[in-house]
Amino acid sequence: MAERAAPGGAGPEAAAPVPAGPQAPELSREEKLQLRKEKKQQKKKKRSEKGLAAEPAELGAPSDPGQPRVAAHPTSPPALADGPNDSEKPTGGKSKAELRAERRAKQEAERAQKQAKKAELSQAVTAAKPRLTPTEPQSVVKRLPEHVQVDDPAAQRKLAKKLERQQVPLRQDYGTKVNLFSHLHQYSRKKPLTQQMSIPSTVIHPAVVRLGLQYSQGIINGSNARCIALLEVFKQLIRDYSTPPNEELSRDLVAKLKPHISFLNQCRPLSASMGNAIKFLKKEISCLPDTLREEEAKEKLQDAIDKYLREKILLAAEAISRSAFEKINDKDVILVYGCSSLVNRTLCDAHVKKGRAFRVIVVDSRPRLEGRETLRRLVHKGIHCTYVMINAISYVLPEVSKVLLGAHALLANGSVMSRVGTSQIALVSKAYNVPVLVCCETYKFCERVQTDSFVSNELGTASVPFLPPGTRSLFPLLARTGQSTLPFPFLGKGPPLTGRMAWQAAAVSCAPRAGQRGAVPLPDPAGCSSLCR
Amino acid sequence: MSTDDLIETFRAQLRDDPDVASAVVAIRVLLGFLKQDRGETIQGLRSSLLAAIDTLSRVDSSVAVSSGGELFLRFISLTSLEYSDYSKCKEIMIERGEIFLRKVSLSRNKIAKLCHPFIRDGAQILTHAYSRVVLRVLEAAVESKKRFSVYVTESQPDQAGQKMAKALRKLNIPVTVILDAAVGYIMEKVDLVLVGAEGVVESGGIINKIGTNQIAVCAKAQNKPFYVVAESFKFVRLFPLNQQDVPDKFKYKADTLKTSQNLTEEHPWIDYTSPSLITLLFTDLGVLTPSAVSDELIKLYL
Repeated sequence: MAERAAPGGAGPEAAAPVPAGPQAPELSREEKLQLRKEKKQQKKKKRSEKGLAAEPAELGAPSDPGQPRVAAHPTSPPALADGPNDSEKPTGGKSKAELRAERRAKQEAERAQKQAKKAELSQAVTAAKPRLTPTEPQSVVKRLPEHVQVDDPAAQRKLAKKLERQQVPLRQDYGTKVNLFSHLHQYSRKKPLTQQMSIPSTVIHPAVVRLGLQYSQGIINGSNARCIALLEVFKQLIRDYSTPPNEELSRDLVAKLKPHISFLNQCRPLSASMGNAIKFLKKEISCLPDTLREEEAKEKLQDAIDKYLREKILLAAEAISRSAFEKINDKDVILVYGCSSLVNRTLCDAHVKKGRAFRVIVVDSRPRLEGRETLRRLVHKGIHCTYVMINAISYVLPEVSKVLLGAHALLANGSVMSRVGTSQIALVSKAYNVPVLVCCETYKFCERVQTDSFVSNELGTASVPFLPPGTRSLFPLLARTGQSTLPFPFLGKGPPLTGRMAWQAAAVSCAPRAGQRGAVPLPDPAGCSSLCR
Repeated sequence: MSTDDLIETFRAQLRDDPDVASAVVAIRVLLGFLKQDRGETIQGLRSSLLAAIDTLSRVDSSVAVSSGGELFLRFISLTSLEYSDYSKCKEIMIERGEIFLRKVSLSRNKIAKLCHPFIRDGAQILTHAYSRVVLRVLEAAVESKKRFSVYVTESQPDQAGQKMAKALRKLNIPVTVILDAAVGYIMEKVDLVLVGAEGVVESGGIINKIGTNQIAVCAKAQNKPFYVVAESFKFVRLFPLNQQDVPDKFKYKADTLKTSQNLTEEHPWIDYTSPSLITLLFTDLGVLTPSAVSDELIKLYL
């Protein structure tokens, strides 16, 4: 892998392809490390006056013993990492080494000029943003979250250091990775978390460990359930917390929460709902007046959490259910997908309280088969249900009058993030001219914008014993549904007690707006993108 | 004021002032009702106003009356009326009502001013049925010395198109009445389509005389701009997903609703045009794209 070890990533920015035979770890890596050291020193001599803090690439590789893949494949970025080069380019192919070397030499010269300007600035700017254009380091850089940069070893090293500081164990990636998703974490589900890493009990509260296990094993599923469980555990944490002497509760508690959050993030990436809940909690804690005694402060926090739960989740669900009920008519055929607590509640309410005579088609998909849960709940209430798999949707859609979907998160440009398969349903519904309604509480709103489903996602691993060996059995958990294809009336609700009640309790259309109201940005029907592309 | 008095006044005013939108008349009547109200509490006032609006919308089942009424109510109770003296509150509400009425009466002129620049010299315009706002816009275009000709659909079953044609001829605009079925035929000759609206819904779509949806679809197929002119009091808190979803109380005339046995045998008077078919909406709040309507609606109703 000599060419891979060659420095100066002048190659394209594409994720590195699977290098052949990287599984032979120790020996070749040592050699590679040696090579890298030499090359780096050469480079350093070239750019000697820059005085850049070389990120010790050698530290990075040995610290990931169980990650032969991550250490092996972009071996040049460690060499790059010392460079002030913001445009990191992990080397691509293996066979065009000579051309690459020439190109690199040319680019070195060009870069040398740029480096002179950027020397100090790039020291401050982390190399965590691999695609930064040369002009950007002047301003404050918006960092990509680390969980979408798994193939960037610099970012991973930062994460490892951070976790070390917080004394949270690092979870190893597992299994072969597909190119398309090599930037995402891939964890093993077979072995429970606690068997893989040792968790210091002084740092992480056992309730949080339990929660992390429940998340990682998929016992607690669904963004509402996860958020509620999280907040309950945080209440427990607060109850068991005692301020150490010479510390202030408002500052210390936030610091104590950080390792727990990192740990939970390791177990399963935080959802938008959880992220917003954590932001709220941190704000509440830091806004505590100093004059309160510890007991009072803790009680105040617990009340705040209870209020958040009640308003943003429970009451919002009721408000949404009430306004969605307007759209359910007699003799309607409603299509639902997967399992969404909000959609289930809406349908059950519509059936029980007002007795609308409608029937439901539940669409399900492997490997999670969450639709079965929906089916169970609806049939229990006496709703007439049909159960199909997702490949049958073109068969059933002609008789469907509306589609009701839940959402994992709502992005700033109006796109909806939801379980994989949702965008497929939305696209096919558009083709059949069936209106698609999305139910989403306002606390799931996310300030991010995502243009496709690959950038940020979660990989699940399927335990599929009957797949032929060698088949890569992974699947993205989330899909993004764009807005162009649909008249996408969207039922977004917030707590019915705020001033924006009337509006939030109504269906608003998707139209371009830059979050003027602070909470709900409405996207314009433009350019759909989905997993099915 | 009893219900019958209310209805009588409403009908009388409609008769006397055929040029004014029925919603404006309704607001005027409501203002009169407010002035004459003998109640002692704000809540009582609100509920009697709501009842009055309901009565009026049962007389004239157009969307605009109910939306106009609701907006009137919201406008007068806009900020918290914290005066302990009820009569003072009432005075303020009446004052605000007058302001609202004045604003609303001026809206047509504002729209005409915004819209007529979009009519170029030598343009061929297609319009549908009888709309006073469109008439005002075309009047403004004539006043700015533009020459254009108009095609009007006959608009069955009440032949409203003929009424429109007569009014246009009085303005010396060359006008041709065409069959409703001839819209697809004439669309290639036309430069732009200009229609009014009975109601503007949250999605940015419109509710208008039956036949508007067809015209919009034809215009879209031939890439002709489809412009809608509507006052802001026609913005209504509805979100129809399709034609079925429009409430029956708007689809059929008030008398039909009362007397008919089986509504499915009646012909609806309005249809819903989806926002994807509309290019621009001209309102007294400005020139809006269908997506912006939602935002404006929110601002209005908050």
